Amino acid sequence: MADTVIYAMYDDDDVLKEGAKKLVSKGVKVTEVFSPFPIHGIDPIIGVKNTRLGIMAFLYGITGLMLATIGMNYFMIQDWPMNIGGKPSFSYLENFLAFVPISFEFTVLCAAHGMAITYLLRNKTLPGMPAQNPDPRTTDDKFVMELRLSENHNFSAEQLEAILKDTGIVEIDQKEIK
Amino acid sequence: MEFQVSNKAKMLTTVLMVVGVVFTALGVFMAMPGEGQESHLGQKFLANLLVNSFFYFAIGISALFFMALQYATETGWFVSVKRVIEAIAGFLPYGMGLLLITFLTLSFMSGAHIYQWMDSEVMQEGGSHYDELAAGKGAYLNITFFWIRTVIYMAVYYLFMRGFRQRSLEQDNNPEGAVGIHFTNYKKGALFLVFFAVFSSTSTWDWIMSIDVHWFSTLFGWYVFAGAWCSAMTVMVITVLYLKKLGYLPKVNESHIHDLGKWTFATSFLWSYMWFSQYMLIWYANIPEETTYYLMRIEHFKGIYFGMFFINFAFPMLILMSRDAKRHAGILTFVGLIILAGHWTDVWVMVMGGSMGPTASFGTLEIGMALVFLGLFVKVVLSNLAKAPLTPKYHPYLDESLHHEI
Repeated sequence: MADTVIYAMYDDDDVLKEGAKKLVSKGVKVTEVFSPFPIHGIDPIIGVKNTRLGIMAFLYGITGLMLATIGMNYFMIQDWPMNIGGKPSFSYLENFLAFVPISFEFTVLCAAHGMAITYLLRNKTLPGMPAQNPDPRTTDDKFVMELRLSENHNFSAEQLEAILKDTGIVEIDQKEIK
Repeated sequence: MEFQVSNKAKMLTTVLMVVGVVFTALGVFMAMPGEGQESHLGQKFLANLLVNSFFYFAIGISALFFMALQYATETGWFVSVKRVIEAIAGFLPYGMGLLLITFLTLSFMSGAHIYQWMDSEVMQEGGSHYDELAAGKGAYLNITFFWIRTVIYMAVYYLFMRGFRQRSLEQDNNPEGAVGIHFTNYKKGALFLVFFAVFSSTSTWDWIMSIDVHWFSTLFGWYVFAGAWCSAMTVMVITVLYLKKLGYLPKVNESHIHDLGKWTFATSFLWSYMWFSQYMLIWYANIPEETTYYLMRIEHFKGIYFGMFFINFAFPMLILMSRDAKRHAGILTFVGLIILAGHWTDVWVMVMGGSMGPTASFGTLEIGMALVFLGLFVKVVLSNLAKAPLTPKYHPYLDESLHHEI
C-alpha cells in the first residue's frame, strides 16, 4: 500500500505539544510522536487510547497464583507430604498460611515478567529488533511528529506541510513507502 | 472559598450524638445485673470508651503523620487538599482529652480488669491475684512511668500539630516568608517522623498491647498504626468527596482523588501485610505464650475477627484495583465506609479480646458509644474546616498542585 509519510521535527516538546493541539483542532490526524522521553499530556491530544497493560498484569498475576498453588499442592502435599511447622496435617488448606508468601511472590514474578515482555513485544522493541524511529536524533534532543496521507484524506501533502510550517518546526521530511 | 458547615450537617451530627447517648443509656440499663448476678458493666463501658477514644485519636494522629510525611518529602500534589488533612489532624486535642479521661479513670480503678498491671494485687508479691509474669514487667508497666510516657507522647504530638497548623495559616498572610515557612515545615516534618517512628510503636504497646499483659509482639505497633493510617486515608477521601459534592474545592480534580484512592489502597495492603506477618509467624512457631493471643480470639471472636480481616483486605483489593474505580466518588465512598467500619472492628477485637474475653458482647451499648464518638468526630472536623480558607495561599508548590495531572 503506497503511502506518503510526513516527518516534522521540533526541538522543543512544548512547541510540539502546541503544534499537535493546533493540527488536531484543524482535523488532522497525528499518527505518532517520537521523543527521547515521555511527553507529559501528549496522549489525550493525539488520541492515544489508555493502555490495557493493567488488565494483562491482572491476568498474568492470576495465572501465577494458580501455577503456584497447583505446584505447591503437588510438591508439598501430594507427591511428598511434608510436615510443616510441626503440624503434620497434610492438607493444603490447613497449611495455607505457609504457602501465602510463595503464592504472593510467584504472582508478582509472573505479573512483572509478563507485563515487561508484553510491553516489549507490543512496541516491537525486544532486544535486537530493528529501530522504528525515523531519525536517530529522536533518541537525543529532537522530537518528530509523524503524519500519514492515508489517514488524512481531506488534505493534500502540500496543505499538511503548510500547516506544519506554522507550528514552529525545525525540519521537515517526506517519504514514500510502498 | 470559605467553608460553612451546613445546617443539615450540624443537625445530623447532633442527632448522631443524641441517638448514641440514648443507645448507650439503653445498653447500660440492659446490662444492669440482676440480683446475685456478676456485673461486667463498668469494665464493658470503659473498654468501649478505650476502643472509641483510641480509634478516633489514632485517625487524628495518622492524619498528622501523613501531613508530616508530605512536608518532609516536599510533595506538591497534596497542597490543595492540605486544609482537609489539617482539619482531621485538628481532632487531636479532643481525641487526646478523651483518651486521657479513659486512662485517668482506669488508673483510679486499678485498671478495671482492662489494664491488669495497674492492679497492685496482681503486681505485688503476696497479692490476692499475684501474677509473676506480669510482675516481671513491673519496671516498665507501672502507673507512674505509664503516665510520664503518655504525657510526653501527647505533649509532643500536640505541639507538632499546633505548630504545623499555625505555620500553615501564617503562610496565607505572608507571601514573602512563604518559602521560609515551607522549609521550617520540611525540617519539623522530618523531626516528627523520627519521633513518631519510635514512639508510635511504644505508645501502642503501652495503650493497647499491655491489655494482654503476658503477650508481646514487636510488630504490634506498626500493625495498629497501619490500620489507623488506612482509616485516616479513608476519612480524607470521604471528606474531600463530601466537600466536592457541595461545590467546594473546585481546583481539586480527578487526579487528586485518584492519589488519595491509591493511598487508601496501599495502606489497606500495608495493614493486611502487617496482620498476616504477625499471624503467620506466630502460627508457624507455635509457641504457647505467643499463640494465646490468637487462641482467645479464635475461641470467642472467630467470625468477627477473620471476617474483619477478609473485608479489610479483599474489599479494597478487588474493588479499588482498577484506575477508574479510584476516580469514582460512589465506589470510593462505599469502600471507604466499609473499611472504616472494618478497622473500628479491628480495634474493638484488639481491646475486647484481652479485657472482656468470653464475656464480651456486641449490643446497643457498643453501637451507641461508637455513634456518640462518630458524631463528635464529624462535628469537630467540619468545624475545623470552617475555620480557615479551604485552599491555602502562597505555598511554594500550590501551582504544581493545581495543575496536578496523572
